[in-house]
Amino acid sequence: MTRPDDALAAALQGDAPLNLSRRATLAAALGGGLLLALGIPQRPARAQAMGGLAHARKVPSYLTIRPDGRILLQNPFAEGGQGIHTAVAQIVAEELDADLAAFEVQTAPAGADYQVLFNGTRRVTGGSFSIRNTFAHFRVLGATARAMLLAAGAQRLGVPLGELTTEPGFVVHAASSRRIPYGELAEAAAALPVPGDAEPRTGAFRLIGTPQKRLDTRAKSTGQAQYGIDIRVDGMLQGAVIHAPRAGAEPGEVLNEAALKAMPGVHSVHRLPGAVAVLADSFWRARKAAAAAEIAWTALSGQPVVAEDFSSPGMLEALRTQADAPGNPARDMQGDAATALRGAAKVVTADYDAPYLAHAQLEPPSATVRFNADGTLDVWTPNQSPEAFRSIAARESELAEEKIRIHTPLLGGFFGRHFTYGSIHPMNQAIRLARAVERPVKVIWTREEEFARDAYRPLSMARLRAGLDAAGRIVAFHATVPGEGPVAKHFGTARLGTPPLDTSAVEGVAFKPYAIPNRRVDWVHVPHPVNIGFWRSVGHSMNDFFYESFLDEVAEAAGADPLAFRRAHLAESPRHLALLDAVMELSGGWRRGPYQAADGTRRARGLAMASPFGSEVATVAEVSLREGEVLVHDIFVAIDPGSIVNPAIIKAQVESAACIGLSSAAFEEVVFEGGQPQQRNFDSYRILSRAEMPKVHVRIVESGAPMGGVGEPGTPGVPPAVANAVAALTGRRLRSLPFGKHRLGEA
Amino acid sequence: MVQITVNGTAHQLEVEDDTPLLWVLRDTLGLTGTKYGCGVAQCGACTVLVDGMAMRSCQVPVDSVAGQAITTIEAVEQDPVGARLVSAWVALDVPQCGYCQSGQLMAATALLKETPKPSEADIAGAMTNLCRCGTYNMIAAGIRQAADAA
Repeated sequence: MTRPDDALAAALQGDAPLNLSRRATLAAALGGGLLLALGIPQRPARAQAMGGLAHARKVPSYLTIRPDGRILLQNPFAEGGQGIHTAVAQIVAEELDADLAAFEVQTAPAGADYQVLFNGTRRVTGGSFSIRNTFAHFRVLGATARAMLLAAGAQRLGVPLGELTTEPGFVVHAASSRRIPYGELAEAAAALPVPGDAEPRTGAFRLIGTPQKRLDTRAKSTGQAQYGIDIRVDGMLQGAVIHAPRAGAEPGEVLNEAALKAMPGVHSVHRLPGAVAVLADSFWRARKAAAAAEIAWTALSGQPVVAEDFSSPGMLEALRTQADAPGNPARDMQGDAATALRGAAKVVTADYDAPYLAHAQLEPPSATVRFNADGTLDVWTPNQSPEAFRSIAARESELAEEKIRIHTPLLGGFFGRHFTYGSIHPMNQAIRLARAVERPVKVIWTREEEFARDAYRPLSMARLRAGLDAAGRIVAFHATVPGEGPVAKHFGTARLGTPPLDTSAVEGVAFKPYAIPNRRVDWVHVPHPVNIGFWRSVGHSMNDFFYESFLDEVAEAAGADPLAFRRAHLAESPRHLALLDAVMELSGGWRRGPYQAADGTRRARGLAMASPFGSEVATVAEVSLREGEVLVHDIFVAIDPGSIVNPAIIKAQVESAACIGLSSAAFEEVVFEGGQPQQRNFDSYRILSRAEMPKVHVRIVESGAPMGGVGEPGTPGVPPAVANAVAALTGRRLRSLPFGKHRLGEA
Repeated sequence: MVQITVNGTAHQLEVEDDTPLLWVLRDTLGLTGTKYGCGVAQCGACTVLVDGMAMRSCQVPVDSVAGQAITTIEAVEQDPVGARLVSAWVALDVPQCGYCQSGQLMAATALLKETPKPSEADIAGAMTNLCRCGTYNMIAAGIRQAADAA
């Protein structure tokens, strides 16, 4: 189910101890001929590697049915608003034949049985992977558990298995009108062998495909939902940290340490890698002392420190100087773009750029750490990858991994924030502090520290070139993307193929669906001196803005309407044409404008398409101007994820993704000056507020294509749809994000 | 020593006078439903009611609210307006990550207690808390539903 453009998948897979590589080793040892003799498919194996059923029958690891009928489900994935606890339970409930409301879901601890991605070897909550790669797994899991309950029911009633069936929550013997609640059979069922052949039921679904209620809404509406920042353990101290102004520097001395220690409630002052920490009996007291710390920062020899002259404009210029350099081509290269460009009737060239972004999840990072008397360690921290955090915790604590329990609470938003991005993290800090003081420790990063040490969406630019033939069709497309994405940054280039390609840097400029006979997207590796990370929709978050805005420019050069131009280049793709039809129907028909709206405002519309994370998306935005600022009234999104589990959650995710996409396009930027990020809180890092929230209309199209992702795909179409609408309204082409830095006038 | 009344219960506190109400609620009283998001009264995740008025508790020194009635999300359903809002939130599945929703509900409670049938402009004026998941439209729908249920 994976595609060559799944950046995170490619990187993780490169690192995963896949069966494929073991087979290859075996084959090499025994002679290559065995590979085929064993019937192992070579290329298809990669596609299957994403999900798999390796752990699908390990019912006891996942499900506990209590005597009262409550069903506790261990979900491999973290819940951070995307609805995964509900959606996974919905799939299991379907095949188990249980009430969805009977489920209680928590994120599973680190452990082999929860490695549900990459053929049973890995898990992360990210890449919009979760449902599309575990749909089969959870169906088989539910079916297997149901088979066990049926077997227990047959034993209990002394009737043949074939006479039994189920109704939600009950094993039913119709002939004798007897019904046994699952809760009464669970203990007996758990003692039975797990069947290896139970299969999902056939026929129409009862729950899958329907808008089921989320399981956690009430807890989240009454203050009862517990997040990492809410964890409290007996005897803990609370820590506040101050990081070096420029990343990489180390604390030399805390000049007023004695005065800090004399402040109310302060326990101790600590120097940590890249930071100073104060421990106190409450967070506020720790924070107050940390804020008062006078620290001499120093550069350790041999350790890179973000340069004093590092700046966002400087970084952008560094990228721009490489925009004509030869690069490594994306794998969807076709024909000879350079030659075709030279022979084109008309050539359009443009540079686009986008800034560093903060994740700005509303819950600041934290970690609570407790070393136990039995030699074990408990860690509570927001994370998208328990095993990766456990591995780091093992290194930091010098304990074996099996001694460490990683607890994954509800995430107060994540959007890519809670992967492991290097060693500057509250968990690492809390482990060192807890060991030093021999007490449990909770470290919370203030918003200011979070914005100073986020792993930012990378500042990016691309140079785009298109050649038109005499008929106004694109004959050549050549883009150069200098820079670096989180994949190259955190996984290295060694496993990115030959020649290396960082798909997280080029996705959205590469892997587009348009039929262009000669095309090439070059990646030129220019590393970022600051930390970068995965940000909702990753490379697509800026690259689809670059490409789809540019496509409108090319359409204009061809004298074509943007919709007609896209259709002409998608004529062989029924899936995309149907999606365009859907978004046009949803938005009441295509009209670019400008036109007068009923309220007297002058408006226009823009269109964009994106192909992120296995789904296809078409977006239309309607905009006007108010006092020089772009006002977005309506966003229409048609999304085709192939097939679906919960349309209500999908609609909520698309609206959410559209919101963050518009927010990034309109307002957001982290600007580095003097080696330091200038935005340290929401007063200077503006995110979209209620006042700017458009109406979002969502149409789900189920084409039956392989299931795609849902959490991220709604984001990338919004910035270009808005930019294209602004161009239609004002004649001004916005090529640099965010829009908010431009004052706009009407054409 | 500061005395405050939270959700109807009086507390004597051994904290510095300038301690933000937010951290008294979370750390001293263990009422973690009120959230820390920014510390500078920008995001509204820490919104509580002080004598019925929505206030961002991260910027409220605890000694400034001595003797006033403080209501947090933990007691929101004890108020009929708050209870209607929670029902609407549950009916519409308003929250996503949920982290901002305590503050959103407290702000909405203050709004509906003051203005039982709010206009769109009233909602826009009162509901300025940030939501990174983009649940703004659902929040407005929840407020309208709760107002209609009154």
